[in-house]
Amino acid sequence: MLAPEKNWWKPMGRMEKSWLTVAFVWCVFLTVMMPLWYFYGKQNVPTETYKTSPADYGAKVNAFVEQYTIGEDTVNGVTLPVVAAPPGSDVYIRASTWQWYPILQLEKGEEYRLHISSLDLQHGFSLQPVNINLQVIPGYDYVATITPTSSGEFTIVCNEYCFVGHHTMVGKVIVTEEK
Amino acid sequence: MASLAPTTPWTAGAKDDYRDCPVTTLKVDMNTERLIIANAVMAVVTLALGGIAALLIALTRWQAIHLLPAVWFYRLLTLHGIDMLIAWIVFFEMAGLHFGSTILLNARHAAPKLAWTGFIMMTVGGLMANAVVLFDPNSNVMFSAYVPMKAHPLFYLSYILFAVGALITVITFFINIVVAKREGRFSGSLPLVVFGLMTAAILATYTLLEGAAAIVPAFFWSLGILKTYDPGIYRNFFWGFGHPAQQVNLAAMVSIWYALAQMTVGIRPVNEKFSRLAFILYLFFINLGSAHHLLVDPGLSFAWKAVNTSYAMYLAVLGSMMHAFSIPAALEIALRAKGYRKGLFGWLRNAPWGEPGFSALVLSMFLFGWIGGVTGVTIGTEQINMLVHNTLRLPGHFHATVVSGTTLAFMGFTYYVIPLIFRKELKLKSWAKWQPYIFGFGMLLTSMGMIVSGLQGVARRNWDITFAGVVPGTVEISLAVFGVGAILAVIGGIMYVTIVLTSILTGPRLEASNLLLLTGTHNPIIDSTKLTDHQMEDKQNQPKGALVLVFAFLVWFAIYYFTNWWLLGRTWFIR
Repeated sequence: MLAPEKNWWKPMGRMEKSWLTVAFVWCVFLTVMMPLWYFYGKQNVPTETYKTSPADYGAKVNAFVEQYTIGEDTVNGVTLPVVAAPPGSDVYIRASTWQWYPILQLEKGEEYRLHISSLDLQHGFSLQPVNINLQVIPGYDYVATITPTSSGEFTIVCNEYCFVGHHTMVGKVIVTEEK
Repeated sequence: MASLAPTTPWTAGAKDDYRDCPVTTLKVDMNTERLIIANAVMAVVTLALGGIAALLIALTRWQAIHLLPAVWFYRLLTLHGIDMLIAWIVFFEMAGLHFGSTILLNARHAAPKLAWTGFIMMTVGGLMANAVVLFDPNSNVMFSAYVPMKAHPLFYLSYILFAVGALITVITFFINIVVAKREGRFSGSLPLVVFGLMTAAILATYTLLEGAAAIVPAFFWSLGILKTYDPGIYRNFFWGFGHPAQQVNLAAMVSIWYALAQMTVGIRPVNEKFSRLAFILYLFFINLGSAHHLLVDPGLSFAWKAVNTSYAMYLAVLGSMMHAFSIPAALEIALRAKGYRKGLFGWLRNAPWGEPGFSALVLSMFLFGWIGGVTGVTIGTEQINMLVHNTLRLPGHFHATVVSGTTLAFMGFTYYVIPLIFRKELKLKSWAKWQPYIFGFGMLLTSMGMIVSGLQGVARRNWDITFAGVVPGTVEISLAVFGVGAILAVIGGIMYVTIVLTSILTGPRLEASNLLLLTGTHNPIIDSTKLTDHQMEDKQNQPKGALVLVFAFLVWFAIYYFTNWWLLGRTWFIR
C-alpha cells in the first residue's frame, strides 16, 4: 500500500525463481496438450461451418426427413419422425423454440456428418449422458463428424437459454448396435 | 524505506479539503471520502438485491424444493447476474479506484465533478436494468442477452449508461494519478496496490469500449434501426467485454489481497519486481480470454481458439500463479519475523484467524485458486470445453472466482472501510469474525454442488432439468448440496449487509483509533515499514511453508486437469 523504495528492481530470490520456472514449465505443458490432442485425440471440437439461412436450412432438413424417415417416436408427448440415414452420410438436426427435430437413428461405430443449426434463437446442443455440448447459432450450419461409441437412447437437452420454454426443449437420438 | 508522510505538504487552499487519518497517518481527501461512501453504499444495496434473487433461484434449482415458477426463475436469474456480476462488483471497484488514486498517494481528488457524473450514470443505469428486467415481460434475456433474443431497448440503454458511467470513473482514476504525480504528492513508483488497481483500470478501459461495441448495435437493433445483427459477431464482442470484465475483478481482487495482507499482518512484498511482472502479464494476455466462451462455437478455427483460450501460452495464468506464491510467502515472512518460526506451518497456526480481514483474505485466496482457478484453466482447454459448455460446471467455476474470491475479499475489506472512511465504529464485531467463514464455506458447497451436477450433464440456466429424463439420481444430491451451500452463503451475505448497515446507520461519527478490528492494538501498516531487508532475507524467515503450499496446489491442479482429459477420452468420437 505504500510507495516502494527508490530502487525496487532487485533480483528474485531462489524460491521465487524456482517457483517461476516450475509454473512456466506447467504453462508450456498446458499449451502443448491442446495441439497434441488435436492431432492424436479422438474427441476434438468440430470446426467445419457453412453460412446458411433459416429458410435454406429448414428446406434441407425437410428433404432429409422425407428421404430417410423409418418410423415415429415421441419426445415429451410430441410425435416426431425417426430418421435413419446410411452410415457415412450427412444427417441433420434442426433447433427452434422449443424443439429438436427430427429424432435421429444412428448405428454404433459408424461415422456420420451431423449438421446442426437453429431457425430462430441461439440454442445449446447438449447430448446426454455422453455430455457433448455445442453452441447452435442461427445462420451457421455447424458440421460435427461423429462416431457413436455406445448404443441406446440419448437425449438432446437445450443448454442455451431461449426464453421461458427453454427447459422443455428436449430431443432424442437412438443408437443401434453394430450390424 | 517508504515513508507514510506526504512528499509535498498539503497547502490549505480552496482546492484542498482533507482530514488526517489518525490510524494510517494518510491524508483523506473529503471528496474522495464522499465518493467512496456513495459507491460503497450502492455496492451493498445491489448486493442485497442480487442476494435475494440468489436465494430464490438456488431454492428453485434445488429440485426437491423447486420454489419459483419458470418465468420468475428466469427473470430473477437475469437480475442476479446483472446485480452481482456488474453492479455490486463494479461499484465496489470504483470505490477502490477513488481510494487508490488519492488516499494511498496522499493526493487530492482532481476531478470530483466528473466522478459524481460517472456515479450518477452508473446508479441510474443499474436501477434501470433492475426495473426493466422486473417489469418488462420480454427482458428476461439473462446477463449475456444473446442476440437474436430481443429485450426492451431500455435494457440495452441501462447497460450503456452504466458502462459509460464506469468509464468516466476510470478516467478520473487516471486524472488523479497524473495530477498527484505532477503535484509531487508521492515520489518514485506507485505503491504495489495502486499499481494493481492501475492494471485493473487499464483492463477496464478497453473492456468497457468492447462492451460498447457489443451493446450499442444491440440497442439500435432493438429499436429497429439496425435490421440484422449477426449472433456470432455479437458473441465475440460481448465476451470481449464479459470475460475481461472478470479480469478487472481479478486484478482489483489481487490488489485488495495485497492491501489486506498488509493491513492485517503487516507484510512487505517479497519482491516488488516479481509481483509487478505478474500484473504486467495480466495486462498483456488476459484479454484473450474472451475466447473461453466461444470454444464450441461454429465458424472459428482450432488455432484461433487454442491461442486465445490459452492467453497466448497461459501467461496470464502464470501471473496468477506468481501472486499465489508471492502473497502467502510475504505473509509467512512477516509472521516468521514476529517469531512464529516453528516447523513448516507454525506461522500459519499463529496467524490472526480471528481478524475478518485476514480470514477473508486466506479463504478468498484458497477458494479462488484451488477451486476457481483450477476449474477455470481446465474448462478453458479447447477440447475439454466440449464436456462443460453451458453445464452447471460453468457457474460452479465462476462462483468460486467472482464470489468466493472477489466478493469475499471485498467483504473483508469493507470492515476496515467502515471505521477508516465512514468513520463509524464497526458494530456486531463477533458477527464480523464469523462472517467470512460462513460465507466462504457456503460458497464452497455451492461451487462444489454446481460442479458435480455439471459433471453429470446438468445444464445451467435451466428451470427444471427433469424434463430431460436422463438425470441420474445422484444429481438430486449434488443439487441439494448446492442449495444448502447457497442458503449458508446467503446467511453470510445477510450478516455482511446487517453489519454494514448497522454500523453506518447507528452510532455517532467516531474517528478510528485502531487499524485491527478484533486482534490487537498494534498497527500492521506501521509494522510493515519496520520489516528490514535483513529480516526479509533471514534464513529462518524463508517461506518454506508457502512453497510447499504452492507445490501441493500444482499437484491438485494436475490431478483435476488429467481427470478431465480422461473423461473426454471416454465420450463419442467427434471432430
